[in-house]
Amino acid sequence: MKIIVLMKQVPDTETKIQVKPGETAISTDGVTFVINPYDEFAIEEALRIKEAKGGDVTLITLGWDKAAEALRTGLAMGADKAVHLNDPAFLTNDAHSIALALSKTLKKLQYDLILCGKQAIDYDNHQIGVRVAEMLGIPHVAVVTKLVLEDGKAVAHREIEGGTEVVETPLPAIITCQKGLNEPRYASLKGIMQAKKKPLEAKKVADVDASPGEVGQAGAKTVVLTLTMPPDRAAGKVVEGEPEDAARQVVKLLREEAKVI
Amino acid sequence: MDFAFTKEQLMFKQEVIRFAEKEIVPRVREHDLKEEFDFESFRKLGEFGILGLHFPEDLGGSGADVITTVLASEALGEAGVDGGLTLSLGAHTFLCADTIYRHGTDEQRKKYVPKLASGEWIGCMGLTEPNAGSDVASLKARAEKKGDAYVLNGNKMFITNGPIADVAVVYAKTNPELKHAGISAFIIEKGTPGFSAGPNLIKMGVRTSQTSELIMNDCVIPAQNLLGEEGEGFNMSMQTVEWDRSALLAPFVGAAQYMLKRCATYANEREQFGRPIGKFQAVKHKLANIRIFVEAARTLVYRTAWCKDQGRALNHLEAAVAKLFLGDWSLVPTNDGVVLHGGYGYCHEYDMERIFRDGRLGPIGGGTSDIQKMIISKLM
Repeated sequence: MKIIVLMKQVPDTETKIQVKPGETAISTDGVTFVINPYDEFAIEEALRIKEAKGGDVTLITLGWDKAAEALRTGLAMGADKAVHLNDPAFLTNDAHSIALALSKTLKKLQYDLILCGKQAIDYDNHQIGVRVAEMLGIPHVAVVTKLVLEDGKAVAHREIEGGTEVVETPLPAIITCQKGLNEPRYASLKGIMQAKKKPLEAKKVADVDASPGEVGQAGAKTVVLTLTMPPDRAAGKVVEGEPEDAARQVVKLLREEAKVI
Repeated sequence: MDFAFTKEQLMFKQEVIRFAEKEIVPRVREHDLKEEFDFESFRKLGEFGILGLHFPEDLGGSGADVITTVLASEALGEAGVDGGLTLSLGAHTFLCADTIYRHGTDEQRKKYVPKLASGEWIGCMGLTEPNAGSDVASLKARAEKKGDAYVLNGNKMFITNGPIADVAVVYAKTNPELKHAGISAFIIEKGTPGFSAGPNLIKMGVRTSQTSELIMNDCVIPAQNLLGEEGEGFNMSMQTVEWDRSALLAPFVGAAQYMLKRCATYANEREQFGRPIGKFQAVKHKLANIRIFVEAARTLVYRTAWCKDQGRALNHLEAAVAKLFLGDWSLVPTNDGVVLHGGYGYCHEYDMERIFRDGRLGPIGGGTSDIQKMIISKLM
């Protein structure tokens, strides 16, 4: 079974995000980068399927030079090869452009199953898996917490409001992964040493038959106008007194000051 | 001189930190308070492969070099793992499993090393006795050969992992007439009649490691449990010194680095007199003190490890300097870390007092600072 994982390098979840005035992207100064946690579920699921049914796992990412580190980590976890869309002309935060670049790359590859995180934790677009599926004309199931593969089809459990939906889809399909799907493994020393020798191929815009005008910032359908930090939370108000009076006061404040009731 | 690490070494160090922060550190405070060994964490260390990094793959290891092994040990401390768990790991891997690996027969290696590398079994090493500490050659434990067996009698003291070990490497005299040359090493398994451990000793620091007396009372073991040849024991125990001075000390360097990170964060966030306390010179100097200690200690430990990787004969002088420096010179910077946090530093929840307590083992365990000075002055 040929499995492809779409993944992204994102700032570590512990990073204190900073935005410089006038900039439309977060500051990368002093930031450590990791594999997007939801993509880790995708990698782990791919590896488990490979271990159970055989096959190989290919990782694809689009990003700057440094993103190769995330691919190496994925290879160290056990993936077989990696493709890095590494060209300044690819770089953007626009979901359409990125999905287009990825789908053009995928069109030249063979796959039975494509996995990716349900969202990246940096810009939280939630769009890549779904858009790529549309562009490739294959089905997708999003926000999946359990995946069972049978002959030529997949049964996926997905989280919905207040319950679980069980969906069957023919393969190939795209599955976007949610927390709870599995517990991702750590890269062992052995895995890290083996990853050194695994193929990591860098691709430019021309390599995926894209024209510079349709991918990257040039092909973006959205433009970030401004990026600002959320305002500091104002200090709360403590209402004192006997419970009955206090409750009366709270209701009054909610009605007259907060204007929520 | 090349001070650079390979990409893979650095990547592995980061992965160890990530693993430890998520899987082990959340459990540290509770176990330290209760003075309990964390079996769950030890099992996880085994699964992740840290207990047998430097052993060959066919014995359950990863074939790592010494520097990588040292980086992994350092990373555990840097992530915030307590000195008790890392000491247990050190006694287990470097004092017990490594001695069997280095001096054991093929049969002994196959029987014990994989089980120790995976963490299925816990190992300990018994050298020190109630009346033989620094003067280790004066040890009194006796091993008498009777037919196909040895009969062991005597007591071992301050044995890390003593109460929880499944297998022990124990040193005893096969020839009491001789001093060093009369010492031999034996493998004793838990449950052997006549072999028992005392209760856990309550300690100032490294509290999650369990420490006890080992008691041998007409303990009969098969003759094939002798490690190496009779009389080689003392040299074997001395060979563990390189590990002792590098991989076993490295977590304490890591812990100081962890302390430094926590202090820097605190100094930036804590405000007094209308500004972060990090703006005050007195606080800056404390941070600098810790940093200086970390840099110097780390270099000494790496150098010991590098010598071992190069296959050089151990430079006892450098190893002794590293051991002494970590033990004695950590007193002021680890105290600074506590004081910088004020009242919070004195409280368990902030980890600072624990790192201070853990570090106090440094001038005592594995050869006291006075003994290190004796070695250093002798070699000048």
